[in-house]
Amino acid sequence: MHMRLAADTTPRKPAFWTMARRDAASGYAFIAPQLVGISIFVLLPLGLVFYYSLHEWNVLANTFTFVGDANYQMLLRDPNLPQVLWASAVFSAGLVVLNMSLALLLAVLLDQKLKGMVIFRTLFFSPVVVSLVAWTIVWSFLLQANGGINGMLAMIGVEGPNWLRTPSTAMISVIVVQVFKNVGLNMILFLAALQGVPKELYEAARVDGAGRFKQFRRITLPMISPTILLTSIITIVGSLQVFAQIAILTKGGPGVSTTVLVYYLYQQAFQFNFFGYGSTLSILLFAIVAVLTFIQWQMRKRIVFYEN
Amino acid sequence: MSRIAQLKATAAVAGILVPLAASGVAWAQDAVNLRMTIWSANEAHLAMFNEIAAGFQETHPNVTVTFEPLPFENYTTTLTTQIAGGNPPDLAWVLETTAADFVNSGALAPLSEAFSTTEGYELDDVTEQATALWRRDGELYAYPFSTSPFAIFANNDLITEAGARTPAELIEAGEWTWENAFDVAAQVASGTEADGLVVRDFNYQVWQNLASIWRGWGAAPWSDDGRTCTFAEPAMVDAMTRIHQAIFAEGAMPGPGESVDFFAGDAAMTITQISRASLLPQEDPFDWDLVPLPKGPAGEYAVVGQAGVGAFAAGENVETAVDFLAYMTNPENSQKLAQFFPPARASLLNADTLATTNPLLSPEQLEAVVIDGIANGQVLPGHTNFAQIQQTVRAGLDALWVEDADVPAVLQSVCSSLSPLLSR
Repeated sequence: MHMRLAADTTPRKPAFWTMARRDAASGYAFIAPQLVGISIFVLLPLGLVFYYSLHEWNVLANTFTFVGDANYQMLLRDPNLPQVLWASAVFSAGLVVLNMSLALLLAVLLDQKLKGMVIFRTLFFSPVVVSLVAWTIVWSFLLQANGGINGMLAMIGVEGPNWLRTPSTAMISVIVVQVFKNVGLNMILFLAALQGVPKELYEAARVDGAGRFKQFRRITLPMISPTILLTSIITIVGSLQVFAQIAILTKGGPGVSTTVLVYYLYQQAFQFNFFGYGSTLSILLFAIVAVLTFIQWQMRKRIVFYEN
Repeated sequence: MSRIAQLKATAAVAGILVPLAASGVAWAQDAVNLRMTIWSANEAHLAMFNEIAAGFQETHPNVTVTFEPLPFENYTTTLTTQIAGGNPPDLAWVLETTAADFVNSGALAPLSEAFSTTEGYELDDVTEQATALWRRDGELYAYPFSTSPFAIFANNDLITEAGARTPAELIEAGEWTWENAFDVAAQVASGTEADGLVVRDFNYQVWQNLASIWRGWGAAPWSDDGRTCTFAEPAMVDAMTRIHQAIFAEGAMPGPGESVDFFAGDAAMTITQISRASLLPQEDPFDWDLVPLPKGPAGEYAVVGQAGVGAFAAGENVETAVDFLAYMTNPENSQKLAQFFPPARASLLNADTLATTNPLLSPEQLEAVVIDGIANGQVLPGHTNFAQIQQTVRAGLDALWVEDADVPAVLQSVCSSLSPLLSR
């Protein structure tokens, strides 16, 4: 008995592969492929872009010269940059406001329990799955001076403007084309959020005498505010990366009125062969996206309502 | 199978495979695959290039040549991106507008010595005027394989329907001037369902194509040395004012944002290069003509578009690439190329030779448009850093393409933006 007791109380060396370590190891194993992918295809290019931004790279002459912060100095002196940043801001603001309001309106309408709603949801979502380039090319034909839009306007006796060639309408046209393309995505996200709002809240509000608008403002909006935050981040980041629509519809014109930052950096790097300066512009874009996302993320504490 | 039989079979297979493998290694070491970027995906063009490559392979069995068509619109951008990405082709077509960038940067390998020492090449046959754009300090860096004049295709059916005189009638009367050409275009635009005059590929973006009109006024975008903007000079102001009037006051040219295709029968006339003759409709054709550009206030003139082929100096197979270029542009192959691309060789610039390779065009059309055009034509404007210049001028000229534009003020503004780029 004594012998057995002594044997039992001898402390065992703990096994290395504890349950916690096994869990951690399998976790790392699962995320390893993604980490490798991000390192090779995201972090490495990001580092390279920063490296290139410190150089002047003449592709044709095959020269690659370290120039320090010269490209960043050029950024501060670039006479086109204020117009480019303004065009980017106008595009982003217009797109975010139009896209999110329309998406929310459509989601509220399609949340009704009426016959045929599935067809309408599919209809509004379908542009999201259409090729962006094909969609934009079709719109470029519709928006030209003798195109479909002006043809329809002429039928009701209205002479439409030259949408893509007039400074005041070119940016609006590009925004509207982009809104119609992607509004379905936000609409579906809002629809899912709306359907997650507990119905008893509306019943209680009705008992208290709240009207439909008040219910929307005091119940619906707070309850779907996490989705609004998510969609606003996605939409703003997406709006700052718009390229194909500009390249196809306006090529940055008329003048430079629709030359947004991504299109401008494409011009500098790939058309003018200023790869160093183009890289510097992409660092600027990265910084703008990072700052805007950080601000939105911080604002969640004030404007986002979490039920728990 | 017995053990001995197995050994015999193994030895037999080895006897066949080992020499094959050894020779295969030797082939792999010597094999050279040249890659050449081109901007035509036309099957007839590709067939001709492949035929020339097959001819080269007869004397160079280890060399294969692959032709890689790139979209015309982004041709140079795609090419420089390939170079930046470490995947440059061995040879490339180069546009006249970017010739200065490619020739002056040292990107292309020198060709003069290789061409001079190639038996039967006859470099002297290639006109000096045609090679001017592709030389630096006397050395040739690209071969001008296509010198294509701008001309006017006319739809005589539409012009007659509108009650106007055809270009041929105006030429015969000695009245083929820009004033009359715009007048014919305006008559067709107002008297039929069709439009008047289309500058093909201009689209209110590719402004350098307007050189086919403004040269008639003696206008140019910059001085001969390329350092001074001349957009605001009186000749250019007059030319652009006339073009503006034709578009917005007379409706002789389709306005910005209007899509009109001459070859679909939608316009009276189009300014383009003769290689576009292949677009003329085969079924339900209209009565067409090809005529030289009209006379302008500054007299008769011609404008040509040019393309060169160069070998990249930094390529792995520069010597072979230059040898292939010498073969591709020798007298015999230049004659083959001439069926699509007007040649730079003086010996081929005659109606007899061109008629055999351009069956759609009459000897009169070849003489008046192609031969005279190449002999007297000025090349489209080009400049170092042309892409940036193109974009800057395009943005400035956008203000011109509205009904109430102040032409002199817009052109002055173009010069304000352009001058810093020219003087760099």
